[in-house]
Amino acid sequence: MNRYPLWKNLLIGLVLVWGLIYTLPNLYGEVPAVQVSSAKATLKLDPGTVSERMAGALKEAGIEHEGIFADLNTVRARFLSTDEQLRAKDAIERAFNPDAADPSYVVALNLLSASPAWLSSIHALPMYLGLDLRGGVHFLLQVDMPGALTKRLDSTTGDLRTLMRDKNVRHAGITREGTTVVVRFRDAEQREAGRQAIQNSTADLQLANRDDGSEDFKLIATLTAQAQQTMRDFALKQNITTLHNRINELGVAEPVIQQQGVDRIVVQLPGVQDVAKAKDILGRTATLEVRMVDDTPGQLEQALSGSIPFGTELYTERGGSPLLVKKQVVLTGDRLTDAQPGFDGQTNEAAVHLTLDAAGARIFRDVTRESVGKRMAILLIEKGKGEVVTAPVIRSEIGGGRVQISGRMTTTEANDVALLLRAGSLAAPMEIIEERTVGPSLGAENIQKGFNSTLWGFIAIAVFMCAYYMLFGVVSSIALAANLLLLLALLSLLQATLTLPGIAAMALTLGMAIDANVLINERIREELRNGSSPQAAIAAGYDRAWDTILDSNVTTLIAGIALLVFGSGPVRGFAVVHCLGILTSMFSAILVSRMLINFIYGRRRKVDALSIGQVWKPSK
Amino acid sequence: MEFFRIKKDIPFMSRALVFNVISLITFVLAVFFLATRGLHLSVEFTGGTLMEVSYAEAPPLEPIRQGLSASGYADAQVQNFGSSRDVLIRLPDRDDMDTTRVSEKVMEVLQAQAGAAPELRRVEFVGPQVGKELASDGAMALLLVIIGIMLYLAMRFEWRFAVSAIIANLHDVIIILGFFAFFQWEFSLPVLAAILAVLGYSVNESVVVFDRVRETFKKRRDLTTPQVLDHAITSTISRTVITHGSTQIMVLSMLFFGGETLYYFSLALTIGILFGIYSSVLVASPLVMWLGVSREQFVKPKKEKEEAVV
Repeated sequence: MNRYPLWKNLLIGLVLVWGLIYTLPNLYGEVPAVQVSSAKATLKLDPGTVSERMAGALKEAGIEHEGIFADLNTVRARFLSTDEQLRAKDAIERAFNPDAADPSYVVALNLLSASPAWLSSIHALPMYLGLDLRGGVHFLLQVDMPGALTKRLDSTTGDLRTLMRDKNVRHAGITREGTTVVVRFRDAEQREAGRQAIQNSTADLQLANRDDGSEDFKLIATLTAQAQQTMRDFALKQNITTLHNRINELGVAEPVIQQQGVDRIVVQLPGVQDVAKAKDILGRTATLEVRMVDDTPGQLEQALSGSIPFGTELYTERGGSPLLVKKQVVLTGDRLTDAQPGFDGQTNEAAVHLTLDAAGARIFRDVTRESVGKRMAILLIEKGKGEVVTAPVIRSEIGGGRVQISGRMTTTEANDVALLLRAGSLAAPMEIIEERTVGPSLGAENIQKGFNSTLWGFIAIAVFMCAYYMLFGVVSSIALAANLLLLLALLSLLQATLTLPGIAAMALTLGMAIDANVLINERIREELRNGSSPQAAIAAGYDRAWDTILDSNVTTLIAGIALLVFGSGPVRGFAVVHCLGILTSMFSAILVSRMLINFIYGRRRKVDALSIGQVWKPSK
Repeated sequence: MEFFRIKKDIPFMSRALVFNVISLITFVLAVFFLATRGLHLSVEFTGGTLMEVSYAEAPPLEPIRQGLSASGYADAQVQNFGSSRDVLIRLPDRDDMDTTRVSEKVMEVLQAQAGAAPELRRVEFVGPQVGKELASDGAMALLLVIIGIMLYLAMRFEWRFAVSAIIANLHDVIIILGFFAFFQWEFSLPVLAAILAVLGYSVNESVVVFDRVRETFKKRRDLTTPQVLDHAITSTISRTVITHGSTQIMVLSMLFFGGETLYYFSLALTIGILFGIYSSVLVASPLVMWLGVSREQFVKPKKEKEEAVV
């Protein structure tokens, strides 16, 4: 009666073998590696040729490698020691990026699993360690959506003005008021003409009439819900893309840049030590705006004395001289497709070359034609504060979308400005709202501590179980070990991030999982106490305990799922392992232990006693 | 080996009132400390910056405090963390401060001081809006756990069991919080996770007892309700103590080997497990009794077949 059919034994055996295979990669450790990936969105990396170039570069430098591995976007080479890794990085850097100022590839140090190739080929990878275990930086960035909306409306104001002029509609002023754009007209006819013109040119605006008095006809334009949604999505996507480009410049091996919620972005940089530099590059969440300088005589003096004229703002140039800039935005960073440092063809001065998209080029041509001899300012807006990058004089009409900024710049400054402009064409400003940095030594220590507490706890429980329940205790301990094995395999397979709270959850789950075996063993003892035969006691013990085990695991699982749904960061890491652990414990505590007990007792015809420790009976 | 050699059912229920009074007193004390002292919330909830730095030799803390205070961080808390060589610095969130640069500035101050340069081990910065969200998410998680467990128990057993199990276990949660308030231990996200895990875990205990109650009601028609409860508790007490003992072994192992990061986490679990045993046996069962559980709720009377009258 205590036998499993063959298929059941085979199935359990297969699951355990599977668990063993997928746990294996964790035991091999890691070896130093160098990784090459593309630094430019425009440059597609060809794994074949890059691998060959890498092998060539290493051969030339006389460095031995332990194999080169390529996947879709990256090529990695393994090395025996960190010494060779560092030398190899230099050699590869030289070969791939001859121009250090403008790198085409990211060459980064990394660690690769030392597990054999056949394991990697079946996607048996080591567990993905969280930043608190491997060291690195974690940022949570908040995208300023109201800011993006305001900016969008400001540029809409400009667009409408151009539109009214093109269509010969007379208006009495266009202004942004809060989250609406208000167009004033002198009579209802003109307003109707204006409404027609706007409706024909864009579907993003919702229009409403409002009359304040007889002479004041207003058209209130708001962005439609759909347009706002599109704008938000776009702002977030563009920010993520820009962050990718910026982080590429840091040369991080496996950066994580993900959207979180509606308006947040998570950035994780494993292994980054220079937090200040990382923050510097990320923190420069600047947006770019081109505006006109107000050169009207007397205005600047008036502003300096304290009363800033309407529609303008006071800024300071790099040289330190004050500058009065109009609030109206001519162009934003969205229109900028590229910015490169270079030199002026004639004067050989350091310069920055800008490329604009078609719409940007048209606006720029119009503006420059109307304002030859005037000055325009290119502003970087960081966290609501503007900084004038440069304020060149417009010498002639500039068509074709190719713009050159030169004068009063060193080569380094040109480089900086180009980088800022390129990376700075963010759609909406961002702010760091959460940061976690963990040094590499602390990470290694955390792994050690987590490992030790799990190990010692496990040993103590196993010793107790074996002493108290004898052979059944041994079986319970083996089942517990199988639970750990399956949990590790599952975590490796899913590539769920393992954090220190995750390791704690692993230990806790093991401590809780033994509950099922205790329940079973106690039940069997009780059956024996009540006079059942050994075989009947085993069967009854497992059957009766099943209900209770299910109930108790479901309640624990409810708590785990609640943590998973509402938890964030460390709590989520805990919850993932906790939930998975409950599932694997049901399997191992019941099926694996029953299979072992069946092997031991189920085949015997006659069993006199079970080795389950002393079964005390009250003497009647 | 057999720890529990119990000849007769232990009459727990005749002392039910005493246990309930003890529970009430601890509960009221916990609420009192929570109200008067409040929880010592970690940066994750309050917002602010937390830094852990490590020195080659144990540094005196006073110069660090003075140095920070001289640089405009008068409200910085400086204390040892784990060993005398590790120093923990806490800076509350302030509006006028560029929060993203705090850690670099503090490191500059520390490096400028006499003695060995420190190594930066860990920085946590949490903006105020994130902190508020974490707190509300935590409350939501707690609510979800309570509702989920009650629904499940009401479905599997009876509403009386659901209500008493939840009251018993919430009483545990409040008492854990009371401990954290009384000793002013740091209440962080992992501690919250521990409390919720304990909530799910202690309910187990009640479930095991209730399972037995149901079984006994069905099997033994000669026992009164208090006797049924006594019998259920007595026959599961061995398992209760051994299971909790095993879990406690694991938790103690974390307490000793897990380092500072897991210290309060395992402390919360320890209190939760100890009170979990007590509450599920000695609080939940009397509550079930007061709520008026009886055999009729489990043993459905057999429907008499209606005979067709021709």
